[in-house]
Amino acid sequence: MLQRFVNTSNAMSPSVPLQEMIRAIRSARTQCEERGVIQRECAAIRAQFRQADNGGRSHNLAKLLYVHMLGYPAHFGQMECVRMIASPRYSEKRVGYLGAMMLLDEKQDASLLITNSIKNDLSHSNQYVQSLALCTLACMGSAEMCRDLAPEIDRLLRASNSYIKKKAALCAVHIVRKVHDLGELFAPAARSLLAEKNHGVLHGAVVLITELCERNPETLERFRKTVPDLVQIMKGLVISGYSPEHDVAGISDPFLQVRILRLLRILGRNNEAASDAMNDLLAQVATNTDSTKTVGNAVLYETVLTVLDIKSESGLRVLAVNILGRFLLNNDRNIRYIAMTSLQRIVGTDHNAVQRHRGTIVDCLKDQDASVKRRALELSLALVSATNIRSMMKELLLFLSSCPLELRAQAASGIFNAAERYAPSQRWHIDTILHVLTTAGGDVRDETVPNLIQLITNTSELHCYTVHKLYRALLSDISQQSLVQVACWCIGEYGDLLLRGECQETEPVQVTEDDVLDALETVLQSHMSAPATRGFALTATMKLSTRITDNVDRIRSIVSIYGSCIDVELQQRAVEYNALFKKYDHMRAAVLERMPVIEKNSPGHTNGESTREAVKEVQPAKVKQAETLLPQQPASQVCDLLDLLGGSEEPLQPNPAVGSTLPVLPVSTSSTAGGDLLDLLGGLEPTPLTPAPTVTVYEKGGVTLTLSSEKQSDSGLTVTLTACNSTDSDISSFTLQAAVPKSVQLHMKAPSGDSLPARGAAKVTQMVALSNPNKVNLKMRIRISYTSQGSAFQDTVQVDSFPEH
Amino acid sequence: MRFLLLFSRQGKLRLQKWFTPIPEREKKKIIREMTTMVLARQPRSCNFLHWKDLKIIYKRYASLYFCLAIENHENELLALEVIHRYVELLDKYFGNVCELDIIFNFEKAYFILDEFLLGGEIQETSKQIVNRCIESSDMLQETMEEYMSKPAF
Repeated sequence: MLQRFVNTSNAMSPSVPLQEMIRAIRSARTQCEERGVIQRECAAIRAQFRQADNGGRSHNLAKLLYVHMLGYPAHFGQMECVRMIASPRYSEKRVGYLGAMMLLDEKQDASLLITNSIKNDLSHSNQYVQSLALCTLACMGSAEMCRDLAPEIDRLLRASNSYIKKKAALCAVHIVRKVHDLGELFAPAARSLLAEKNHGVLHGAVVLITELCERNPETLERFRKTVPDLVQIMKGLVISGYSPEHDVAGISDPFLQVRILRLLRILGRNNEAASDAMNDLLAQVATNTDSTKTVGNAVLYETVLTVLDIKSESGLRVLAVNILGRFLLNNDRNIRYIAMTSLQRIVGTDHNAVQRHRGTIVDCLKDQDASVKRRALELSLALVSATNIRSMMKELLLFLSSCPLELRAQAASGIFNAAERYAPSQRWHIDTILHVLTTAGGDVRDETVPNLIQLITNTSELHCYTVHKLYRALLSDISQQSLVQVACWCIGEYGDLLLRGECQETEPVQVTEDDVLDALETVLQSHMSAPATRGFALTATMKLSTRITDNVDRIRSIVSIYGSCIDVELQQRAVEYNALFKKYDHMRAAVLERMPVIEKNSPGHTNGESTREAVKEVQPAKVKQAETLLPQQPASQVCDLLDLLGGSEEPLQPNPAVGSTLPVLPVSTSSTAGGDLLDLLGGLEPTPLTPAPTVTVYEKGGVTLTLSSEKQSDSGLTVTLTACNSTDSDISSFTLQAAVPKSVQLHMKAPSGDSLPARGAAKVTQMVALSNPNKVNLKMRIRISYTSQGSAFQDTVQVDSFPEH
Repeated sequence: MRFLLLFSRQGKLRLQKWFTPIPEREKKKIIREMTTMVLARQPRSCNFLHWKDLKIIYKRYASLYFCLAIENHENELLALEVIHRYVELLDKYFGNVCELDIIFNFEKAYFILDEFLLGGEIQETSKQIVNRCIESSDMLQETMEEYMSKPAF
């Protein structure tokens, strides 16, 4: 039996006691039995430790180390390690040092006790003993130990054999990592080591120099002079003949080559001269390295990374990107993976070069391996552009339908961003979003619903098409909450278009009022619907009461049923809608009228998230406001409108959505209006001398309306509206109306006039006094009406924030 | 390199080498996570994983998984070569190495590793030199023991 473990070749004889224990542990049939064996063994080991030197000490410690590896506590062996390290016997030192590396780390007090032993062993006459000390120091040396022993290491770097020098070099690396200042100490020795022929020493030297350069920019400057030497060494490796000692599949010492390439990268970065000096070499390595095996590709990979990071000439850069392109076609999955990670890094700077490989990258989306898929997705999203959006989106949508679950959210989000940036048409945009919602509706972010609703609202010519499409989607599947929410909202809003039965863009369906209400009721009653979704459905049902003619009673009954629903949100809505039916029926039409165009990027609402995020994440910032406008409308709208009806001269009528969004309201002050305001302010309330900041709140059809505000008191604010006409024809009957939230009081002063001559010859101003005692969030809706060239115009704009003065 | 782990297909640890100081509890946690992650991988997957801020390179040799954690700026393909080199060294030493060799002679697996890697870096790129050094160390141990007429370790 033992024969198996006694090696015939060159291995030394095994420890019988150790192997017996291992066998005993392994033959335990249960965890409990194993614990028993181990407890017994540990007790025996402890007893042995307490005894004097009995020649079996190293066996015992080895046993303990085995037990430790199985996961059992072994801290009582720490002192034994210290004792063994101090022993004169090599066998004991060997196990002692191994134990120190396994059981002690710099945080243990016992580790300090071995410092002296290490110091002594570093100057031992036998190199294998020196080696043990060096190894242990490099493994677990604390900062203090490193400081203490650094001079000794430096001595060994200069004057010892290759075996010791190479270890001393790596020890120095560890010391520098622990105590950064000591880098200076080793720099001269490191420099001279580059002249060595021994590969082990050379490798250690390159690692040490790399470490020193990475830590200290001045050191890096000094070591730039070594670039020619490094290039020479590298050339020697690349063009040398077969060297049996260092050959790996035809490559001579790939480990050393890679380290040299990495050092060259650091030295060549941001430095023209150094980069020039290595240009030829890099080209040579790139072309001559055999890429049939992994090892060759490892060297090529490092070469590519270096070329792309230094100031290489364009020909070399193209060569590097082409190597990556070849990697993409490699059968080996690992190679494809690293090709994509590298391309990801340069897709920003060398975009066109990477675009050339787009086809291959997109193919990698179909790879079996999850890591490869992930990389391919990230890279594909980075490569989407205005020219390839249609074909890329086809691929991405295909990917989405079969991609692994952990990638779906990322894919959906990436698709939305891409669609947002490069949509060739609005219909395409809406179709794409709908497609995503049908395939992966459960994995999209929450903002998707309001974003999509905003998009739909703003695309008025497609309302009919959209509502038909969504209705059909709703009929087939009500499990994807985001999709159902959007569908309900659209049906509520554009139900009349659905019922009309005609549609230009798509095959219309013959839908009856009952069909539509059935669909909404299904959503309301389904156990698959989330509470938010049911809220959408209920509101939509209510909205339909003004858009359908025959089945209003059915709606009334649905609404009253939910008045006693357990879900508090639904109950509240139902009760309010009931009230709308009973007491405020005369207002129902106005309350439930079509939504106006929702503005993008309305200022004044703080959104903790993403306004600082990269370009990709444009969406989240926008529509918190829309969110608040949506399901909660009826209650707040009733109040707002009551105010409107009380405060202004005539009730506002619905304003047909005009297709494009109103301009963004800048919050920053505009300096140009300062002069005008000084003019306006003559004759009115006393104002400070500095001009008030002005914002442009409306700019369409040549008519510009600017607003400036001024605090009069703690709760009082005076708003000045100024209108200007830049068209070629005069404008007459220009009137402004304003509405504000409930608790705010509004008083409009008489305007300066009601005609706006052409080409901005004169302006109209109007002052509005506001009192906001409850300090609510101040908003104002302004209705602009005028006549121009015989036709009447009307528009509404909402102001959400007032420039601070 | 941050750490090297060897474990069986049942998740039993056979060797652990840590190149940075980590508390014992943390080590146990990492071992659990690594074994779970690596053992869950499909047979013909990519050998590279991302974990926290490190790259995990793993390769299966017979019944043993070799799992090496490297920093983000290190070369993954070369890491595969490092693992392979270590396996070759073990193979040369034990003669057709298998898991049992590493179990029953774990301390030797460590000695060999300590001649190949040091402080998280490669210390010797020549197979022959590493083998010769191990032989010499073993010889030193044997002869010293014989000389001092005490049983060999």
